[in-house]
Parts: sequence; structure tokens; C-alpha cells
Amino acid sequence: MAQPEVVDRPRVLVVDDDAALAEMLTLVLRNEGFLSQIVARGDQAMAAFRSFRPDVVLLDLMLPGKDGVDVCREIRVESGVPIVMLTARSDTIDVVLGLESGADDYVAKPFKPKELIARIRARVRRFEVPTPEDLYIGDLTIDVAGHSVTRAGTSIGLTPLEFDLLACLAQNPRKVFTREVLLEQVWGYRHAADTRLVNVHVQRLRAKIEVDPENPTIVVTVRGVGYKAGTADEPPSGK
Amino acid sequence: MSHPPASELLTRLRRLPGSVLTFWRRSLRTRVVTAIVVLCALVVGSVGWLVIRQITDGLVKSRVGASVAEARTETETARERLGSAGGNDFDPETQLRLLVENLVARGEVKGFDVVVLGPIGDGSTTGGVRTTPEVDADSVPAGLRRSVESGENGLAWTFTRISYTAGADGSPDRTSQPGVAVGSAVVLPSDGGSYALYYLFPMEEEQQTLLLLRRVLLTAGLLLLVLVAGVALLVTRQVITPVRLARRVAERIASGRLEERMHVDGEDDIARLAMSFNQMAEALQSQIRKLVELSRVQRTFVSDVSHELRTPLTTVRMAGDVLHDARASFDPVTARAAELLQNELDRFENLLADLLEISRFDAGAAVLELEDTNLSDVAYRVVAATAPMALQRGVTVRILDEGAFMAESDVRRVERIVRNLVTNAIDHADSDGVTLRLAADGEASALTVRDHGVGLQPGQSAMVFNRFWRGDPARARTTGGTGLGLAIALEDARLHGGWLQAWGTPSGGAQFRLTLPRRAGDPLTHSPLPLVPEDIREGVT
Repeated sequence: MAQPEVVDRPRVLVVDDDAALAEMLTLVLRNEGFLSQIVARGDQAMAAFRSFRPDVVLLDLMLPGKDGVDVCREIRVESGVPIVMLTARSDTIDVVLGLESGADDYVAKPFKPKELIARIRARVRRFEVPTPEDLYIGDLTIDVAGHSVTRAGTSIGLTPLEFDLLACLAQNPRKVFTREVLLEQVWGYRHAADTRLVNVHVQRLRAKIEVDPENPTIVVTVRGVGYKAGTADEPPSGK
Repeated sequence: MSHPPASELLTRLRRLPGSVLTFWRRSLRTRVVTAIVVLCALVVGSVGWLVIRQITDGLVKSRVGASVAEARTETETARERLGSAGGNDFDPETQLRLLVENLVARGEVKGFDVVVLGPIGDGSTTGGVRTTPEVDADSVPAGLRRSVESGENGLAWTFTRISYTAGADGSPDRTSQPGVAVGSAVVLPSDGGSYALYYLFPMEEEQQTLLLLRRVLLTAGLLLLVLVAGVALLVTRQVITPVRLARRVAERIASGRLEERMHVDGEDDIARLAMSFNQMAEALQSQIRKLVELSRVQRTFVSDVSHELRTPLTTVRMAGDVLHDARASFDPVTARAAELLQNELDRFENLLADLLEISRFDAGAAVLELEDTNLSDVAYRVVAATAPMALQRGVTVRILDEGAFMAESDVRRVERIVRNLVTNAIDHADSDGVTLRLAADGEASALTVRDHGVGLQPGQSAMVFNRFWRGDPARARTTGGTGLGLAIALEDARLHGGWLQAWGTPSGGAQFRLTLPRRAGDPLTHSPLPLVPEDIREGVT
């Protein structure tokens, strides 16, 4: 691929305490046209994040100084920047905890470089709505072009991923999306992946946009199938 | 409460002997108490019988002795009186009447009845009978009559039953009663005729005594039995209660509450049993703790090692990828080295992933994500996914059964099992290829994978599921399997409450059968498909 101008290259912040892996990541990322910076300690991550202003954060969960989950939470307070977790234990509660604290996606070690690059690209590229116009879901207005969601004129702050998820559901209000379809359209997975990603992010999204997150009316669960956009006149479904 | 239907009652009745038998078998106490009571009853019964025998004998003997003595005295008195009266004083009739009246009067005073028969020996049996009023002359047994009439002068006696005739005044019959009959002959001086005198001594008194005695003994025996039963109950309770307590504690320990102990009280045998029991429990607990700790340490170690390996492996993997991508610009030796590095990294990665999976099973951390699955869909997906490998080996993989074979299962795991079985079969298959069969019934769904390759040696069908087991060490590793595939498949099947079994004969091929319950966790009792392939079974029979 043609190397873009230095200023246009996507910036990746690598937070990992393993020096060899971090350096290797830098090499691979540079090869793929990314600009990267390495942070080895959790307690230095925020400072680096503020000064480097990355487009994507690669975050190891086990870090000296400060836990990866805490770093993730702190970044989320300031920004909706895509966060991809690197984890050696994909089957533990850590993954769910990381996702719940705001990470968009995770990659389990040992990963193939191409897999990681695909994940980063998917996060940078974003979900694209074919016809950029305003969408309406429930009592929300989605300004696709301006990447903003408003309820009765009040803006609701969503991360890019949450916005993509909502927009994906809203552009086809009658359709029921299975978790696999959402993983493919929003996260960019071509093969079946961890459906916990969808579950956790739907919960996070509901917490922000639903009037009563316990009885969701905007992102409705279709038991045994997946999710769909609810209409205002529909009775609330169970969680 | 409503009455149970007749059929239920009938079943209950039919079960009654069984439940009684079960109770008998289960209750040590019942058996001990019953045995004690039965033995005690035997002893009391025989002792009572002996006592009654002795007393009866004594009573009868003394009665007989007294009766005979009395009869002798009476006879002598009568003879004397007759002798002193002389031969011509009265006519025989009066003499006899006097004799009888005298005897009857004395009998009434002394309590015996009199029967006088005679004269004897003149041929007239109906000569004359004179008795105490209402006494039946037939009370004198024929044997006694014969021995008296045979003429000996002495006394003869025997037991008899004294019966009575109806009184002339219409008074009710006296019931017959046992007694002693003593007989002797006297000669009437007036006519020289010989008359038989019979004294009937009733034994009513003795009988009453014996009856009373028997009642007393019986009552005493019964009371004794009840007492013994009560004592036995109390005593067995003293022994049984601690035994039952021990059982309860043992059951609790068996169910995993290893800290349970028996209460030790005193220094008797029961207390020592409790002490030994507690020592045993202690030893068991510490052993189990040790083993649990050991296995935990080992599990954590495997898990930790596997995880620790992941970060460096990621780095190596990335470096390898970089080298592999750039191999076109290397010299041939280095390029080949990069290729080998890449391939072996793949294997390393698979091995590590399998190790992690196994350690997850060992840690009990594996959970099912259940949904209704059609095994047919899984089979087709797996066959499609393994098609390149099958093509490369020239092996055809066929699915013989169509339809819906549903099982509530974790698709990811079931697919992994089937993939393992199919790749394994492709690896071992010959030109006959691999065939998959599917079947289902109300309770279970099954899938078999059959190959016609080298098969299995006897005894290997259980070993194929062992970790890192290889059928033939000399055989080249062709597919680069990790050696953990079937072990993981077995764990996956077990997690569903299903079966994974292998069958094989040398050079007859092998068949693996996966059976899953229709609802995950339901107990399996059978499989819809036979483990031994039909073609083989037909060949055998």
C-alpha cells in the first residue's frame, strides 16, 4: 500500500510491559503504516495518551504501576478512542472486566500479526452507513455525518464503537441482528468470534441511551436470536 | 385424604413383603431383639414345660399313693365289718346294702365315689351295680375290672375319667373329671359271693392346682419375655445408637464434609471405635488435602506455564511472520529455515492452545454454552472444513445419514469433537475413505466416524483418549496433531454428559462414536448407533 504522509499515519499507543513484544509490535506496526509509541508502565499510560493523542490504544491487561483495567477506565473518562486489549488469559473474568471498563475489542496472545493489524484497521476504519443521513431510533436522533446522538436536543456522548453499534441497528430498524452479524458489521470480524463483545457493549450502550436500562426499549433483545432496534410504541422487552 | 386407587393399593400390598424384608435386612436392632426374644421364649418354654411335668408327676404320684392307701384301709375296714358280722346275720341283700351304704357314707365324708359290682364270677354281668348317687358305673375302666375280677386279693389301680349320670332330681350333669380308680374284691359272708369294690378318687383339686400353676407359669413367662425384649431393646440401643451415629458421620465425610468427626464419650469399646474412626477420618482428610493441594499446584503450574509462554511466543510468532514474509529475498537455506520456523510455530501454538484447554478442563473451569444443535449441520461444516486435508490425502469423506439429529449442546465444543474425529480418521484412512453416520431418538443423538485404516490393537480403544498417546510410535506423524485432540474431545463429550467411545480391530479400521443426550446433563442409557460398525457385525455373525 502507498505510504501516506507521516502526519496522516494512524497513531497507535502500545501499553505493554514486555519490552521484546512491544518492540516487535512497533516493527510490525511501522511496516503496516502505523505510527506507534510504547509505554511500559500502567501509571505512565495516561500522560503518554494525552501527549501522543493516539487513534488506537493497544493495552496489555497486566501492567506494572497500574492495572490495565484501570488505565482503560481512565482513558474512557477522557476519550472514546478505540482500545484493543492484549490478553494472555482470554477465558478469565479479566476479559469481561476489560470490556466492561470500556475496551472495544481484545486480542488473545499468541496472536498472528495479521490478525492484530486487522483488528486495529477495523477500529480505525469505522462502520460505514451507506446513506449518511439522520437516523431515528426510539426517541433518539442519530446524526450520521456529525457522529452525534441526541435525545430531545440533548447530546449523548457515545464512543465511536457504541455509535457504530447503534447506527448499525438503526439503519435497518425491522431487522433482527444476530451477535455474529453484529461482530462482522461493527467489529469487522470475518469469522465467528467471542459473542461476549456484543453482550458487554450492548449493556454499555443501553446504560447511556436507555431511559431505563433495566427495561430497554431502544436496543431490544430478541431471545435466542440477537438484538434489534426497538420502536417507541413497542412494549419493553426483558433484558 | 382421598383413598388411593385400587391399583395403587394393590401395588403397595404387593410391595409389602418386600418392604418388610428390606426392613428386616436393614435393621440390625430388629434382628438382634427378635433373636433374643425367640431364644428366650425357647428357654422359658422348655423350663416351664419341665417344671409342669415335675409338679404334675409329684402331684399325681402322691394322689395315687394316698388313694391306694385309703382304698386299702377302706377295704380292710369293710372286710373286718363283714367278717365280724358273720355269715348268717343278714341276708346277702341287706348285707350288701349295708356295705355299700357304709362305703358311700364314708366316701362322701372323705371325698371319693364308690362303685360296687357283683357278684363276680357267676356269669351274670348285670348282677347288680351299686354306686354313689349319680356316679356312672362305666367310670371303672374295663382293664381294672378284669384285673380285679381275675380274683387276686390285692389292690389294683388305674387312672380313669369319672363320669356322672343325670341326677334323679333333675340337677344338671356334673362334668366328668379325671381321677384314680382303685379296685379290690370282697367276699360277702352271707352268700359267699365275691363283690368288686371300686373307689373313685377325683383329682379335680390337683387339676385345678395344675391349671393355676400353668397359668402362673405362662403369665410369668410372657412377662419375662416382654422384659427381656425391653432390656434387649435398651441394650441394643446403647450399641446401635453410636453405630448409627458413626454411619451418619461416615456418610457426611463421604459426601465431602471432611471435617466431620464422631463424638468421643468415655473409654469403652464404642468410644474407642469413635476414636479410631476419627483417626481414620483425620488421616483421610490430610491425605485428601495433600492430594487436592498437589493437584491444584500442578494445575496452576500447567496453566501458569502455558500463559507465561504466550507473551514470548507472540513475539517469536511476529518475528517469524516478518521473516516468513521476507523469505523471497533470502538465500534458499535461510528461506527454508524461515518456512520451517513458521510451520513449527503453528504447531507450537496449537499445542499450547490444547494444553490450555486441557488445563481448563482440569481446573473445572470449562463451561457449556448450550443451544439446540443439529449434529448433521455440524458434520457438514466439519466435512467442508476438512475437505482440503482430505483432498490432499485422496480420502473421500461421506455422510450417510440425512435429517435432523438434535442435541442440546455447545456447538463450538461439539464441532471441535467432530473435527478431531474426522481429521483423526482422515489421518488413518485408506482408499475406502471415511464414513460418518448419524442417528437420534427421543433421548439421545449419536454420530459415528468410521475409517478402514490400520485399526486398533486389542486394548487400545481405551488408550486412544490418553494424553499424548500414539498408537504406533514408529508411525510418522503426518498431520502434526498435538496428541491432545482426543483427550480434549473426550473431556468435551463428558462435559455434555455424553459418551465418546472407540472401537477398532487390527487392520479392520476403527470407529469412534459420539453420543450426546437430547438434553444436556440427562443421564445416557443407550446410544442410537452401535459402537461396532454394522458391516463388521454382519461379517462376524
